[in-house]
Amino acid sequence: MPRLDAARQQAVSVSLATGAYGLSFGALSVAAGLDVWQTMALSLLVFSGGSQFAFIGVIAGGGSGAAAVATSTLLGVRNGFYGIALAPFMRPMRPLTRAAAAQVTIDESTAVALAQPADDVAARRVAFWWTGVGVFLAWNAITLVGALLGSAIGDPADWGLDAAAAAAFLGLLWPRLASRRAQAVAAASAVVALALTPLLPAGLPILAAAAVAIAAGWRAPGEEVPE
Amino acid sequence: MSPYAWTWVAVAAAAALAFLTKYAGHVVPEAWLENPRVHRVAGFVTVGLLAALFATQALASGSTIVVDARVAAVAVAAVLLWRRAPFIVVVIAAAAVAAGLRLLGWG
Repeated sequence: MPRLDAARQQAVSVSLATGAYGLSFGALSVAAGLDVWQTMALSLLVFSGGSQFAFIGVIAGGGSGAAAVATSTLLGVRNGFYGIALAPFMRPMRPLTRAAAAQVTIDESTAVALAQPADDVAARRVAFWWTGVGVFLAWNAITLVGALLGSAIGDPADWGLDAAAAAAFLGLLWPRLASRRAQAVAAASAVVALALTPLLPAGLPILAAAAVAIAAGWRAPGEEVPE
Repeated sequence: MSPYAWTWVAVAAAAALAFLTKYAGHVVPEAWLENPRVHRVAGFVTVGLLAALFATQALASGSTIVVDARVAAVAVAAVLLWRRAPFIVVVIAAAAVAAGLRLLGWG
């Protein structure tokens, strides 16, 4: 089953690259004034990197708990759209399975699942579960390490992990750029996200880029679906 | 309540809202999914988010845009993807390029 092997290989790569960032989250969360238990509660229960970084960023910047919750939740809205995108090959699910799937419905699990061939339901499911559970395990384990080590740890950038994460996103994007329209949406989204980076709190530029993509999909004629 | 307790309330609220958001996506009516517009939007959102995540991961540092070792690393990654290299090779190569350049004192 070479397609399933490819899906698992991608899942493990993304899990390790993403999980490694748990180190900086754990350390930054403790630096923001949360304790190890609160830090772990965020990684275990919120489990969405952008939302978590937004939460501790607002707290660290002196923002209120309500502002932290609002920013975190707004950044998590995209996860709701992911459930819809996953539906064609994930449904139907039993209630407990659905709850588990919901908890691990994040950027990475959705992206790796959708990067598999559209007609291969088995590969897409394998990619979703392996990436979702893989990132969950790696992210939480490494968050704990980061929280415990605090500021004593080195910079993940010294290991090139920030570049590795960028390369992972590029690798997931690459096969989806076949159509001109997909290329245009990708370019517009990237430009919008970068243009808004100096202006908006971290994470919101990505949400704005998603809004650009939604508008493009809403108005576009029917044929070229980048899937 | 103490600030520590309020932080716990905020963590719990963020956790509940995060889960409900994720769960909602899995229970919206199937009929929504038969609309080609929903399919199209979902496809474009994937491309848009991946592009935005890639761009900010490669170029953003906090709230500023910087050109550093990551740019060289993703350029190498792009060449490898173009040459159809395996995913894991692309990711490891990018990390190695960035780490190597930083070891040499650039970026």
